[in-house]
Amino acid sequence: MTAVVPFEHGLLLAVLLFAVGVAGVLARRNLIFMLMSIEIMLNAAGLAFVVAGARWGQADGQIMFILVLTLAAAEVAVALALILKLYQHFHTLDADAVSEMGG
Amino acid sequence: MIEWLWLVPLLPLAGSVVLMASRGEAPHSTVSAIGVGSVGLAAMLAIAIAAEFLGGVDAAASYTVGLGGWIAVGELSFGYSLSLDALSLVMMLVVTVVGFLIHLYSIVYMGEDEGYARFFAYMNLFMAAMLVLVLADNLLLLYLGWEGVGLCSYLLIGFWYRDPANGYAARKAFVVTRAGDTAMLIGLILLATELGTLHVDTALARAAEQWPPGSGIAVAAAALLLAGAVGKSAQLPLHTWLPDAMAGPTPVSALIHAATMVTAGMYLVARTHALFVLAPPVQLAVAVIGAASLLLAALAALGQSDIKRILAYSTMSQIGYMFLALGVGAWSAAVFHFMTHAFFKALLFLAAGALILALHHEQNIFRMGGLRRRMPGVFWAFLIGAGALAAVPLVTAGFYSKEQILTAAWSAERGGTWLWLAGLVAAFLTSVYIFRAVFIVFFGPPAARPHAEPRRLALFIPLAALSVLSVIGGFVETPPLLGRITWFSDLVGSALPAAPPHELAPGVEARLALAAAAAALGGIAVAWWLFLPRPERTRERIAERERGSPVYPALASAFGFDRLYDAVFVRPFLGLARALRGEPVDRLYDGLVWLLRASWQGAGATQTGRLRWYAAGMLAGGVIVIGIAVLA
Repeated sequence: MTAVVPFEHGLLLAVLLFAVGVAGVLARRNLIFMLMSIEIMLNAAGLAFVVAGARWGQADGQIMFILVLTLAAAEVAVALALILKLYQHFHTLDADAVSEMGG
Repeated sequence: MIEWLWLVPLLPLAGSVVLMASRGEAPHSTVSAIGVGSVGLAAMLAIAIAAEFLGGVDAAASYTVGLGGWIAVGELSFGYSLSLDALSLVMMLVVTVVGFLIHLYSIVYMGEDEGYARFFAYMNLFMAAMLVLVLADNLLLLYLGWEGVGLCSYLLIGFWYRDPANGYAARKAFVVTRAGDTAMLIGLILLATELGTLHVDTALARAAEQWPPGSGIAVAAAALLLAGAVGKSAQLPLHTWLPDAMAGPTPVSALIHAATMVTAGMYLVARTHALFVLAPPVQLAVAVIGAASLLLAALAALGQSDIKRILAYSTMSQIGYMFLALGVGAWSAAVFHFMTHAFFKALLFLAAGALILALHHEQNIFRMGGLRRRMPGVFWAFLIGAGALAAVPLVTAGFYSKEQILTAAWSAERGGTWLWLAGLVAAFLTSVYIFRAVFIVFFGPPAARPHAEPRRLALFIPLAALSVLSVIGGFVETPPLLGRITWFSDLVGSALPAAPPHELAPGVEARLALAAAAAALGGIAVAWWLFLPRPERTRERIAERERGSPVYPALASAFGFDRLYDAVFVRPFLGLARALRGEPVDRLYDGLVWLLRASWQGAGATQTGRLRWYAAGMLAGGVIVIGIAVLA
């Protein structure tokens, strides 16, 4: 019998990871760091799926995690392209400095 | 000739249209020719028609001349049709003849006015409307004329429109009479719905068949018509407009506000007399309103110093006599007094107009004086008019008509001592106030230097003609004591029921006539004693003493009706208008707009473009939503 990670511990880790990600998004001004923080949040969500799947012994959680991974990959591709264009235009990666679009 | 009846109202109407179309660019003489000529032709035609009517085989008949349909709705239909019976014949004759004389006079009076063509256009329009009123054979057409004369009255009171006070007087006349007209219109609608017709004779016949005497519906219909008559004829309580209506030119006051339009109320009641017979309480109200207006106006006339206002209150008072006569059922006496009143009151106004013209538009009698020698023609005309108004016995027309009314008030079934006494006291007061004006204006030392008396034929023909009529106009009807001539009541009797037979002891009648004569002569004596300027008592002293008397404020303000109406109606209305001027209801919508704009600005302020704020907002929103979902 292998040692089983308790369900609550897994969820707690997911919550902590998510909180770290949120803090990163809110606190960092550099767009690259914000993107990385979003990746952490996505992974926290993925972890929650996996833990829940393990808890009820179902594969759905892992399938959802694969979905989250592809989502993250697509998102990073688009986001990096946008960041690249922004940098070319504004010569900075500061999120607050590019607020002039009012969007 | 009677088939040409439709031309009588149409001629002045055509004159009015032509004058309006000329836009004041027609030469002076053309305007005079059209304005006076159209009315003159109408008067001649009216006289020819009258001759044929009187010479007709059956004078009791009434003739109807149809001019085609006007409105036809279901069972109701109204046509442009005129009818002529003895009552409308008398009205038509007086209106056209007196109207023509006043038009003639206006050539001089308005000669220098820049609105000369406009004046005649309005006056002709008035004649047309008044003739439609008296000749209409259905009440709706009568109402058309009724409103037409009201409109012309408004236009002519405000003729000198550059003075805001004249405009105010015009609006006041229009609004106050409108109060009565609205009631009258409701009465007409009531008649139309209940009786299914507004044709005068048919409606009255049906009313007599369908409604028992004293029934509620008859009382309501008669009362509503009476309200219209009271407004038009300036009787209590809708009388306040008449004195202010003197703001118009003097010929207007003579024609509209003395001789013709203001007697339309009398005509309406006489025309629909059968309805009033069915409603005894309303007929009593007619008599009481007449008696009250009569007394109140006679007293008010005593306190006026503007000659035209004296005459205005006098008109109100004399129409009170007509209402008194109508109220006691002496229909023909009312019409008789209307006729003599039209003669002598028009005469008084025209003579007063000549004074006003010669004195550079001075109307205060205390600034006139001693004009007897300077303007003898006008003096005699005014004196004859004043004598007729005061009903000087035997020699004036006013005596015969007033005496007939007083006798009827005493003897008629619906009359009574109180009504008679009111009439008698007012007759005395009438003498006093009109001879007060005569003595102060014409006697004593001269106070003003008039122009020379204008020697214009157009001025003197009307004065002379009306003077003659004011003297002989009464001989068509004399009391039994003085020859018992009954031409007038015989004529009018074919259209109106005869006056109730006099069942008086022989002595009583003589005593009534003597009382009336004594009241008239006594009034003149009192006026002589109180108001004749003498060396030791000048006009200024008289004026001062009048002002000092305790009753003067009440008389001068005509017992404060103006102030009362001002406080009860005018000021609350103006206050309401002022309160509503800021559109208080719109405040609600303004508030809604403000709220929307504020929320829009609040929401817009969150759109900063700062990415991290958005993220924080989304997070907070998510936390709140999930929190609610979990906790609730």
